Amino acid sequence: MDIHPLILVGVFVAASVLGYIIIKKVPSLLHTPLMSGMNALSGITILGAMIAAAATEIPGGIVLFIVALLAAALAAVNVVGGFAVTHRMLMMFSNKKNNGEEK
Amino acid sequence: MNPYITYAIYAVLSAAVLVGLYMQSRVKSAVAGNLLCVGAMIAAIVVTFITNSANIWFVLVAVAVGTVVGLVWAKKVKMIEMPQMVGMLNGIGGLASAMVGAIELMRVESSAFANVTAALALVIGGVTFAGSLIAALKLARKIDTRPKRIPGYSVISIALIILMIGSCVLAGIGGFNLIACIVGAVSSLAFGWVFAMRVGGADMPVAISLLNSLSGVAGAIAGMAISNILLVSIGGIVGSSGLLLTNIMCRAMNRKLSDVLLGSTAKPQEKTPEAPVAEAAPVEEAQEEEEVEEDNFKLTDAKDVIIVPGYGMALSQAQHKVRELTERLEKNGARVRFAIHPVAGRMPGHMNVLLCEADIDYDYLYELDAINDDFANTDAVIVVGASDVMNPAAREAEGTPIYGMPILNVDQAKHIIVCNFDLKPGYAGVENPIYTRKHGIRLLLGDAKDSLDILVREF
Repeated sequence: MDIHPLILVGVFVAASVLGYIIIKKVPSLLHTPLMSGMNALSGITILGAMIAAAATEIPGGIVLFIVALLAAALAAVNVVGGFAVTHRMLMMFSNKKNNGEEK
Repeated sequence: MNPYITYAIYAVLSAAVLVGLYMQSRVKSAVAGNLLCVGAMIAAIVVTFITNSANIWFVLVAVAVGTVVGLVWAKKVKMIEMPQMVGMLNGIGGLASAMVGAIELMRVESSAFANVTAALALVIGGVTFAGSLIAALKLARKIDTRPKRIPGYSVISIALIILMIGSCVLAGIGGFNLIACIVGAVSSLAFGWVFAMRVGGADMPVAISLLNSLSGVAGAIAGMAISNILLVSIGGIVGSSGLLLTNIMCRAMNRKLSDVLLGSTAKPQEKTPEAPVAEAAPVEEAQEEEEVEEDNFKLTDAKDVIIVPGYGMALSQAQHKVRELTERLEKNGARVRFAIHPVAGRMPGHMNVLLCEADIDYDYLYELDAINDDFANTDAVIVVGASDVMNPAAREAEGTPIYGMPILNVDQAKHIIVCNFDLKPGYAGVENPIYTRKHGIRLLLGDAKDSLDILVREF
C-alpha cells in the first residue's frame, strides 16, 4: 500500500505549481473569504487522522488511537468551521449583488 | 477498491479543489467555488472512510463532534471577529497535522522516509499551531499587540531551527523516535511562539496568511508520511496558493517576505518621536475645539467625498451609519467613494466584507492605487476609525514599524474629518501627525457611530 516516495514528492510539486498559478488576480474584496476557504481546505489533514485511526490496533496502541481521534475531531472543526464561515462571508457579497441588480 | 479507481477519484477531487479555488478568486463564482470545495472535501472524507473502514464508528463519532463544534462556532462568530476565528481554525488544523505526524513517528515499523516526513509534519504543524494561537490572541487584543523584542532573538530562533531540523534527522536515523518526537514538538511550539510574538502591527495579516499556507504544507507532508496522495496534492495546492496570497499582501505593503520572517521589520521603538506624544495628549481637548472653529468647512458643501474606513469602524459596528451618511451625501449631489487600504482592518478584504454587510455596493470601493492621486483634489475626506493606513510617518519616520508601507494620501486632502475613538496611535503603535496638523481638520472623538450621527444630522 506504500507509495514510492518520489511519486509523493512529485505529486506535491505538481500540486504546488498548479496551486500557485491558479489564483493570479484576486480582487482584494475576496482576500479574506479566499484565505478562509483555503484555511478550511487545509483541514484536509483530517484524512491523515482518519487513516491513522483506522491503522491503529486498539488494544496495543490505545494512546495513539485516542490522539488520532482527537486529531480527527480537531481537523473536522477546522474544515466545517472554515467552510461555514467562508460561506457566510460570500453570501453577504452575493446578496448585495442581487439587490444591486434589482435596483 | 481497485487502486487505479482510487487514484482516478483522487485526481478528480484535486482538480475540483483547483477549480473551486479559481472560482473563489472571482466575485461572480465565489459562492459556487466554495461549495465545490465543500463537495470535494465531503467526497474525499467518504472515499477515505470506504478505503480505511477499521474502527470506523469511533472515527465517525470524532468527526461528528468536530463538525457540530465547527458549525456552532461558525454560526456564533461575529463578522468583526473573523480574523481571530481564521487564525484559531488555522491553529487547530496545524495541531491536527502535528498530531498525525506524532502518531506516525511513534509507529514502530516505518521507513526512513515515513519517519522524516512524520517529524517534518509534526514540526511544521507545531509552528503553525503556536504561531496561529499567538496571532489570534494578538488580533483579539488578549495580549499586547506590539512586536515584542525578545533578547537574543536571532540566536534563539536559529537554535530552535537547528533543533527542529535535528529532530527530523534523528527520526530518519531511526531508533530515537520518542526523543525526536519530544524535541520536535517542544522546539516547534517554542519557535511558533517566538515568531508570532515578534510580529506586530501591520505585519499581522501577512503572518496569518503565511501560517495558513504553512498548515497546508503540514497537511501535505503528513500525507507523505502516511502515503496518501490526495492529502499530498490538496495540501500542496493550499500551501502554494496560500504563499501566493501572502506575496500579494507583502507587495501591497511594500515589504519583503524575508523581512517579515526574519523579524527585521519591527525595529525598536526608540526612534519614534516622543515629543508629539507628550504634546498631543494635554492639548487634545482644546485643540479639538479650536480646530472645529477654524475649519468652518461644511460637509453639506462637499461635492466629492472619500471615506477611509479602518478597524475602528469594525469595532463600533459603524458600517450601517456609514451607509446612511453615504446616502445623505449622494442625495446632496456629492460623489462618494471609499478608499480601501490593502491592510485596513485586521485582514486584507476585512473592510470590504463589513461594507458589503451594510449594503454598500463594491463599485464604490477603490483600492489604494486607483484612488491615491485623487485625495488632493477631493473636497473632503472622512476617516472612520483608521490611523496607520493614512499615517504620513510611513513616508518619513524611518525606523518605525510602518516605515515604507504605502499609505493613503489623506494628508494631501484640503479637509479631513476624523471619526476616531481617540488619538492614540493605531495598531502599529506609531503616532499620527495628521491629528496635530493646523488646518483643515475636524476631530470627532468617541464612538464612530455617534460621530457619524453628528455628521448625518448636519444634512
